[in-house]
Amino acid sequence: MIRALHMRLLYSLALLPSALLLALAGSAVAVDVQDDEQFVPILIYRTGPFAAGGSGIMGGFEDYMSLLNERDGGLDGVKLVWEECETAYNTDRGIECYERLKNKGKYGAPVMHPLSTGITYALIERATRDKIPIVSLGYGRTDATDGTVFPYIFPLITNYWSQSTAKIRYIASREGGEDKLKGLKIVNLHLKHPYGIETIPILDVMAEKFGFEVTHLPVPWPGIDQKSLWLLIKRIKPDWVINRNWGVSCTVPLREAARIGFSREKILGVWWCGSEEDVVPAGKAAIGYISTNFHGVGRDFPVIQDILEHVYGKMMGNISSTRVGSVYYNRGIIFGIVTMEAMRLAHTKYGNRPIGGQEMQWALENLDITESRIEEIGATGLISPLKTSWRDHEGGGKVLIQQWNGTKWVRISDWIEPYADLVRDMIKKSAAKYAKDKGITPRTKPEEGI
Amino acid sequence: MVDEFWFAMEVLISGLLQGFMYSLVAIGFVLIIKSSGVFNFAQGSMCLFAALGFVSFWEAGLNFWVALGLALVMMIVLAVVIERVVLRPLVARPPLILFMATIGLAFLLEGLAQALWGTQPHGLELGIPDSPLEGLPVDISQFELFAAAISLLLVLALVIFFHRTRVGRALRAVSDDHEAAMSVGISLQMMWGITWAIAGGVALVAGIMWGTRLGVQYSLTLIVLKALAVLILGGFNSITGAVVAGLIIGGSEKLVEVYLNIIFGIGGVESFFAYALAMFVLLFRPYGLFGDEIIDRV
Repeated sequence: MIRALHMRLLYSLALLPSALLLALAGSAVAVDVQDDEQFVPILIYRTGPFAAGGSGIMGGFEDYMSLLNERDGGLDGVKLVWEECETAYNTDRGIECYERLKNKGKYGAPVMHPLSTGITYALIERATRDKIPIVSLGYGRTDATDGTVFPYIFPLITNYWSQSTAKIRYIASREGGEDKLKGLKIVNLHLKHPYGIETIPILDVMAEKFGFEVTHLPVPWPGIDQKSLWLLIKRIKPDWVINRNWGVSCTVPLREAARIGFSREKILGVWWCGSEEDVVPAGKAAIGYISTNFHGVGRDFPVIQDILEHVYGKMMGNISSTRVGSVYYNRGIIFGIVTMEAMRLAHTKYGNRPIGGQEMQWALENLDITESRIEEIGATGLISPLKTSWRDHEGGGKVLIQQWNGTKWVRISDWIEPYADLVRDMIKKSAAKYAKDKGITPRTKPEEGI
Repeated sequence: MVDEFWFAMEVLISGLLQGFMYSLVAIGFVLIIKSSGVFNFAQGSMCLFAALGFVSFWEAGLNFWVALGLALVMMIVLAVVIERVVLRPLVARPPLILFMATIGLAFLLEGLAQALWGTQPHGLELGIPDSPLEGLPVDISQFELFAAAISLLLVLALVIFFHRTRVGRALRAVSDDHEAAMSVGISLQMMWGITWAIAGGVALVAGIMWGTRLGVQYSLTLIVLKALAVLILGGFNSITGAVVAGLIIGGSEKLVEVYLNIIFGIGGVESFFAYALAMFVLLFRPYGLFGDEIIDRV
């Protein structure tokens, strides 16, 4: 009897950490949504290898909504409520989260941010059928930019192909002009994953157009050992290396480059390899490394200061205040601004009440976030102007370049335009192929298919 | 031609040095299998837990050696708790049950580590440059040489411990036959506790070495991926096997990855080559290169 009690006590002790974890994950508890409240689903990953990105981005997004609730009494008077669902960056769990949250609230989920290219791909047909817009801001399927074929998918602000062309434009500027691209050697070090291979076609087209040589080197998941790839890079002797990885596989190349003496100033990372979490673990090896981004970094923006005052000042912040102003956090603020501006636009048409998926789709296709509106929000320099249409679900395409100086990211370029014509042509072709394969008749006007 | 030769040598040497890093992780598995027959699925999580603890103590301002000692004590306490809470209630259960328990343990440790110390990656600099030694025809990283030396020292210490000490011999007795060992007065619980504590120490060393390369972050749990292939190839209960197999896998996979790419333009084979090699060897040596052949009386 005593032994049984003893064992029970020990098992209880063993369960304590689990209970602690559940308590810490209190924000993942299901919320009750009143009819007059705007529900926003949050697909997040606070666990697993990419937890720093998931918690940082969605932490920023939630803080922005908290700001609107605390400072303004909600969005146009409509209180914002949200519920987290942990995907752990797994596609199957992402779909489960989508299904769990899509009907929540009086009008259902107005939008989904999958925060994963894999989950985005898996949701394209499902969300289109359910008429719930998928916003894959800075990730996802590039040809979904074509709204005639993908009415409910929005790779907003800038897609991977725009980014890739902007990278080449930047390299050209560093080399002394587009004509200097001819003969350059560029290695595309990419994760062997749908996200990783997404930019191979555009780089090949650019290589042919400008006469540079591109070598695609796949990084097997999880990319913690890239030694042989860097031995190959040493042999190739490239002028530039594109770092298209994610998570720890972004960090490894910086160490390997240092080991073979390859300049970090000639490694140009995708924006998913351009956070503090990617460079801090590499230590001194990361100094000089450059990456793209599609938003500003740091705290010197009125909107961030408002969050510190109204959210963190009231001890309501979602993550550690030391992360406020970091790359991932600010990206979450961008997610918040774009989503809330779309809802605000929907209010002008449908009234100040909770918004549903179809209404949000209209708003996302008619977004026009101008420089003056950005100034009103307090985000000048944080986000570039954005204008979408029913044909164009990207709405911008501009990127900027930042460099790690050992302690922080420093912006080193102005907004860089993509080669828009080139990207548009490729998107058109790719989307048309998708439509043909899936038997989709592209829309010819905005109302169709909605 | 000379350049080609030195390039091939560099690929091979880099692979061998990487092999030592694989071995560091594999040794942790071997220790527990040797003493209890349990395949510890949580070894990678223990590496994460140990390294995160160490780096957090260090970042809190403690002296390096104090932080290291504290992390070691933490792993010993963890080993005792695991023995009391997870293993003891499962004595005499089939190995599969114990294996399942370690799966649960892995998730628990990962969650606990992140809850205690957060999800942010930490940089870890030991002060050993990860740059090539000068004056050699090939680039050999000083840090990798250091890691290889640490691996060899660890192996040497463990071999001496297992063969030259009373506790080591008792552990081997437990490994050979639990019941016979118990019948001569060896405490099974005590031996398991000691083994898990040593495995915790090895996890700390492996976590620090890998953490210096990758940063101390959740991805440290993934370092076991290659260690499993090393285990299969070297034999599940051989420390020497773990080192030799680590070298074979490290060297061969780098050569295959590099030269398949150069000759045929095929890349990304490194992730599965180690397993293919291990499976091939198993056809001829079912217990691995150095594993003990299990003979059951019927």
